[in-house]
Amino acid sequence: MRGLILRRIGIGLITVLAVSIIIFFGTKILPGDAAQIRLGQQATPENVAAFRERLGLDKPYWVQYLTWLGNFLRGDLGISLASDVPITNLIADRYKNTVIVSCLTALIGVPISLMLGIMAAMFPGSLYDRILTFISVTLVAAPEFFTATLLVLLFVFALDIGNAVVVGSTEGKGFFELISHFALPIATLSFVIASQLIRMSRAAVLNVMSSPYIEMAILKGVPRGRIIFRHALLNAIGPIVNVVALNLAYLVTGVIVVEVYFAYPGLATLIVQGVQSRDFVLIQGLGMIFCLTYVILMLIADIAAYASNPRLRHPK
Amino acid sequence: MAQTRNPGDRLPGDIVFETRDLRIGAIQHDGSEIRIVKGVDFKVRRGEVVALIGESGSGKTTISLSALGYTKPGLSFTGGEALLLGQDVTKMTTDELRPLRGISVAYLAQSAAATFNPSIRINEQVTEAPVLHGTKTQAEANAKALDLYRALELPDPDTIGERYPHQVSGGQLQRLMAAMALCGDPELLVLDEPTTALDVTTQIEVLKAFKQVIQEEGAAAIYVTHDLAVVAQIADRVIVLYNGEIKEAGPVHELITNPVHPYTRRLMAAIRPMPEAGQGEDSSDEHLRADPALAAKGIDAGYGVIGSNGKAAIPVLRDVDVAIERGKTVGIIGESGCGKSTLARVFAGLLPASDGEIHLDGERLSPDLAGRTREQLRKVQFVYQMADTALNPRQRIRDILGRPIDFYRTAEGMTRRQRVDQLLEMVELPLQFADRYPHELSGGQKQRVNLARALAANPEIVLCDEVTSALDTIVAANVIALLTRLQRETGVSFVFISHDLSTVSSFADEIVVLYAGMVAEQGPTDRVLSPPFHPYTRLLVSSVPEPRVGWLEEAAQTREAKAGASGSVQLTETGCPFFARCPVAIAGTCDVVDPPKLNDGAGHIIDCHRSLEELGG
Amino acid sequence: MSNETLTPGGAHPDMLGGMTDPEKTGHFVAPYDEGVSFDELPDSAPKERFRLSLTGWIGAIIVVFWLLVAVFGPFIAPWGENDLPFPDDYSEFQSPRAGAWLGTDVEDRDILSRIVFGAGRTIGIAFAATILAYVLGVVLGIGAAVSGPKVDMVMSRINDAFLSLPTIMLGLVVVAAVGSSIPVLICTAGLIYATVVFRLARALGMEIMVMDFVEAAKARGEGRWWIITREIWPNAAMPLITDFGLRLIYVILFISSLSFLGLGVQPPQADWGSMVRENLGALQYGESVFPVLAPALSIATLTVAINLVVDDVSAQAGGRLSKRL
Repeated sequence: MRGLILRRIGIGLITVLAVSIIIFFGTKILPGDAAQIRLGQQATPENVAAFRERLGLDKPYWVQYLTWLGNFLRGDLGISLASDVPITNLIADRYKNTVIVSCLTALIGVPISLMLGIMAAMFPGSLYDRILTFISVTLVAAPEFFTATLLVLLFVFALDIGNAVVVGSTEGKGFFELISHFALPIATLSFVIASQLIRMSRAAVLNVMSSPYIEMAILKGVPRGRIIFRHALLNAIGPIVNVVALNLAYLVTGVIVVEVYFAYPGLATLIVQGVQSRDFVLIQGLGMIFCLTYVILMLIADIAAYASNPRLRHPK
Repeated sequence: MAQTRNPGDRLPGDIVFETRDLRIGAIQHDGSEIRIVKGVDFKVRRGEVVALIGESGSGKTTISLSALGYTKPGLSFTGGEALLLGQDVTKMTTDELRPLRGISVAYLAQSAAATFNPSIRINEQVTEAPVLHGTKTQAEANAKALDLYRALELPDPDTIGERYPHQVSGGQLQRLMAAMALCGDPELLVLDEPTTALDVTTQIEVLKAFKQVIQEEGAAAIYVTHDLAVVAQIADRVIVLYNGEIKEAGPVHELITNPVHPYTRRLMAAIRPMPEAGQGEDSSDEHLRADPALAAKGIDAGYGVIGSNGKAAIPVLRDVDVAIERGKTVGIIGESGCGKSTLARVFAGLLPASDGEIHLDGERLSPDLAGRTREQLRKVQFVYQMADTALNPRQRIRDILGRPIDFYRTAEGMTRRQRVDQLLEMVELPLQFADRYPHELSGGQKQRVNLARALAANPEIVLCDEVTSALDTIVAANVIALLTRLQRETGVSFVFISHDLSTVSSFADEIVVLYAGMVAEQGPTDRVLSPPFHPYTRLLVSSVPEPRVGWLEEAAQTREAKAGASGSVQLTETGCPFFARCPVAIAGTCDVVDPPKLNDGAGHIIDCHRSLEELGG
Repeated sequence: MSNETLTPGGAHPDMLGGMTDPEKTGHFVAPYDEGVSFDELPDSAPKERFRLSLTGWIGAIIVVFWLLVAVFGPFIAPWGENDLPFPDDYSEFQSPRAGAWLGTDVEDRDILSRIVFGAGRTIGIAFAATILAYVLGVVLGIGAAVSGPKVDMVMSRINDAFLSLPTIMLGLVVVAAVGSSIPVLICTAGLIYATVVFRLARALGMEIMVMDFVEAAKARGEGRWWIITREIWPNAAMPLITDFGLRLIYVILFISSLSFLGLGVQPPQADWGSMVRENLGALQYGESVFPVLAPALSIATLTVAINLVVDDVSAQAGGRLSKRL
C-alpha cells in the first residue's frame, strides 16, 4: 500500500510537470512578444531587444521554461506585463478572499450535504428522498450564475437582506462576520457542490447497500442504524472521500464565476483580467496555482480510495 | 421476543418450521403478479435436515428465505403461512422479525466471499447476532465461536477471527460462515447451496464439517441445492421442486432408490454415476496407432510478460504433453486454478505458449493467432463456458452462425440460410430461433447456439471449456448427450474441460488429470479411473460424491487422510506440485526432482516417483 | 410448460410430516401425467418495458421546446437581435411592456428576441462541440482500447494530463492564446470534452474487448476492422448515447461560463451566458431582474430538462435492499 501511494504521488508529480509544460507553452503561442507588450507600441526595436535580453526571452524555449519553473518553485512568479508589478504583490491582496470563500464553503457545505445524501440513501424512495433527489438533479445541471441569481432574488430583492455585490474589507473580521460578509458567494457554491455531493454520496451508500453482505446483515437481524453506520458506511467511506475531494477540486473553478458575479477581488477575477489584457506571465503563475491545488485534491481523492480498501490496508 | 433456551429443552420431533400453502410472487407495476412459489406445504422437525432440490427457477431459494420472513427485493408474500416456532413470519414487520433472525433462524449463503463484509474482522461478524440480540455477552459469544472454529477444523482457531475475510481461503470462509450462522444457537439453519462454489476436494471437508456440527448442535436445517449427490449425504428428507411447486417429497433413501414422479426420475437420470473400474470404453489397443489430430509437446505457458528466461511472469502450465486423436474425446480435469482452461487457450492460439510445440495434422502450428492460416484456425474451434458472454448480444442467431460460414466458406453448395438451418437442426433448436437475439433464449439454448457456432466452421477439433458447468443438471445432461451424438455423426474430436470428474468420465475416451499446471496422470478413461492411481487422482476420485446415503462417512474414512482442503494449489519451479498435499510424498525427492513418467504400456501414464506397484494398492 | 396442478394447499399435509410415524413412509408424490416434458425454466422474469416518468416527460417537453426555438427562433422573433424596439424612448433596463415582453437590456435591446437568437447560438455551439468531442473521443478511445498496451499507455497518459486540468482553466489559456470566436469556442470545448469521452469510450471498449464474443471473433481470425465495427461498436453505442446528454449539459455550462466571463461569444452577438454578464449591472444596482434572470433561467431550464431525461433513462435499479432493513 505504501508502494501504491508513493507510485500515485509519483504520477502526481509527473502530472504537475506535464501541466506546467502545457501552461508554459500554451501561453507561448500567444501572438505578440512579452517585451513588446510590456514596453508598448512606441518602443524602439533596440529597446525591445535589450529588454528581451533582460527577460531572458532570447534564450531557447527550454531554458526559459526551466528558469520559469525554477522561479515558480522558489515562489517568484515573475513581473506582470500589464501593470509592471510583481505577480506575488498582485496576489497578496487577493488570495485571502478566494481562500476564505473556498474554505468556508467546504466547512459548511460538505458536512451538511453528506448528511443529507446518506439520509436519502437510508430511506430510498421516501418522500424526503424523492424531493431531495429532485432538487439535486435540478441544481446539479444549473449554471452557478443561475443559482446565484435565485439567491440574489430571494435575499436581496424579496427579503431585502444583504447586497448583490460583495464590498468592503475582510480585515479584522471574525469567523461569523466573514460568513455573513461572503454569505451569498458561499451559499451559491454550497448549493452547487451540495447537489453533486448529495447525489454522489447517496449513490455510493446505495451501491454498498445492494451488496450481499448487507443482505446477510439484514438476515442476521442487525438493526437499521448499525447496518448503515457499521456495515455500509465503512465500505462507502472510500468512494465518499473521493467524491468530496473531487468536489473541492471543482470549487477551484466554480469560484471564478462566483467572484465575477459578486464582483469582489479574488485570484479568479485576477486571472480573467490577465486573459483580457493578455498578461501571460500572470496567467502562467495563477494557472499553475489553480492546477496545483486541483492536482493535489485529486491526489488526496485517490489516496483516500486506497486507504479505505481493506485488502490494501491489511495485506495477506 | 428473545427466548431463553438451552439445547436440553429441544425435543427431537418438534416442528420447528412449517409452511402452509405458501405463495410468493413478484408484483409488477401494472398490478399483475408473476407467481414464483405456488402453494407449498412442508414441515421441518427438530434434528432433521430437509433438502429443497430443484433447478434454477424452481423457487427453492425463495422458499428457503421465507423461513427468515424475507423475500428478495421485488418479491413479496402473496398468500399462505410460514410458521417459525409457531409464529407466522410472513405477517411480521421487520422490527418483529429482527429478534428472530440470527437467533432462532440463521442463514448460510452460497458465496461466503460475498457474504462477509470486507471491512470488518471475521470474529466481529461471527459473534454479531447473539451479542446484538443480547442472548450472549461478547465473551460468551467469543468462546462459542472458538468452539465452532475448532469443531469446523479451521486452522489457527485462536487467531483466525482476528483476520479480515480476504485473508482466509474460500473453503475456510465457507466454514467460517457456518460458524457465523451457528454462533447464535439457532433452532433452524437455512443453507443455500453452501458447497456449490467449492472444489470437489474442498467440498467433502466442508460437507463433513456441516453435517457434524448440525448434529452436535441439535438444530433443524433446510438445505437448498441442485445436487442430488450432496443431498444424499446430508439430508434426512428431500423435497423436489419444479416451477414453484412440490413434485415429490420423502425420506432421502426412499426418494433416491425409488423416485416416482417423472421429474424426479429425470433428475436422477441426469446424474451420471462414476463408472466403476473396467466399465469405461476400452480403447487401449487403438492408442498404438499414433496419428493424433492435435499433439502438444512440452507446453509451458502463463500470463504476464515473458522474461529473459523464457518463462511468463505468472507461469500456469509446465511441460504439458497431450495428444488428441481423431474422432475421440479427451477430458481434461482438475480443480480451479490448475490450468485446464489455459491449456485450451494455448491450443486455440488465444494464449501463445512460451515454450513447446503444437502440431495439427502433422503441421506445426504457430503459437499465436496471427501466425496461423485461416484453414488452421477453422480446424480448431473454441466453445466458451458462459454462453451469455460468448454470444454478441447485438447479433441475431442467424448472423452469429452465418459469420463463420461466410468467413471459412463452409456452406459447401448450400445457401447460407440452408446451412444455418442445418446447424440449428444439428443442435436440436427450432429453425425460427435464427431470427432471435441471444437474450431471448434460455441458458441451455444459448449453449447450443454457442456449440453450433463452433460446428459452423466444420472443425476437426472442438475445445469445450466447462460448457456444462453453468447449466442445470438435466440441461447439462442433454448437452452431453448432444455432444456424444454430434461426435458420432461428424467424427469431430472434442477436448472436454471440466472440474466435474463424473461428467468427464461419462463420455471421454481419454482423461488428462492436471494439477497445478502439470499433468499428473493421463490415459484411457477406464485405466485412469482404476488403480494404479496418481495420489492426486486417488484424492479426486474419492472426493466425488455418490448419490447414495452413507457415502460421506465411508469416504471420510477411506480417502487419503489430511490431503484435503489444507494445501494451496501452486505451481512449483521444480519437482511434483502435489508434494505439499501428497500422503506418500518422499521428502528431498518429490519436491526437488521432476517426477518420471510411469507408462503401463497401454497409453496410461502416471507422473510419480513412486512405482506403479506402490500406487496400485 | 406443465399442465399439472396441485390441489390447493397441497392436500397432503399429513404425508409431508411423516417423520414421527413409522407406519407411513412420508413419501409424497404430486399428481402427474406421463409424457409431460419439463422444459428448462426461463432464466429470469420478463423485463418491464422502459417508460419515462412524469419528470422525464416534463424534461423531454422542455428540451423539444428549446430545440424548436433554436431552429425556428430567428423567423418568429419579434425583433432582430440588435434591434432597438423603442428607438424613440432609449433607456436601459426597461421593464416588460408591450413590444418587449421581457423588457430591454443594457443597450435597450429586446431581451426576448435576444433570448430567441441566443438559443440557436448557445445550443448550436454546444451541440457542435459535443459532436466534435464524441467523434474525437470515441475514435481515439476505441482505437486505444483495441491497440496494443504500449499505444494505449501513451494515449492514456497524455489524456490523463489534460484531464487533470480544470476545464475552465484550459479554456482560459486557449482563449488567451488565440482569442475568442465561435469556431475557436467549438474547437476548444470539443477538444477539452474529448478527453472525458476518450476515457469513457476507452473504458467501454476495454470492457467489451475482454468479452468472450470478441475473443471468439479474434480466434476466428477476424480483422481489427470487423472487431471494431461489428463486435465492439454495436455494444458500446447505447451507453455512449446515454452519456451524450450528460456531456451536452457540461458543454453548455462550460460555454456559458466562458461567455459569462466575457471570454466566449463576443458582443454584439447574443448568447445566454454573455447576456447574463452584459446585464449583471441591472441586478447589482437593483434596477431590474429580467435582464439577468431570463437568460440564466433559459440555460437552467435547458440543462435541467436534459438532466431530467438523462436521469430517468439511466436510473439504476440499485438500492432496493434498503427497503428490507
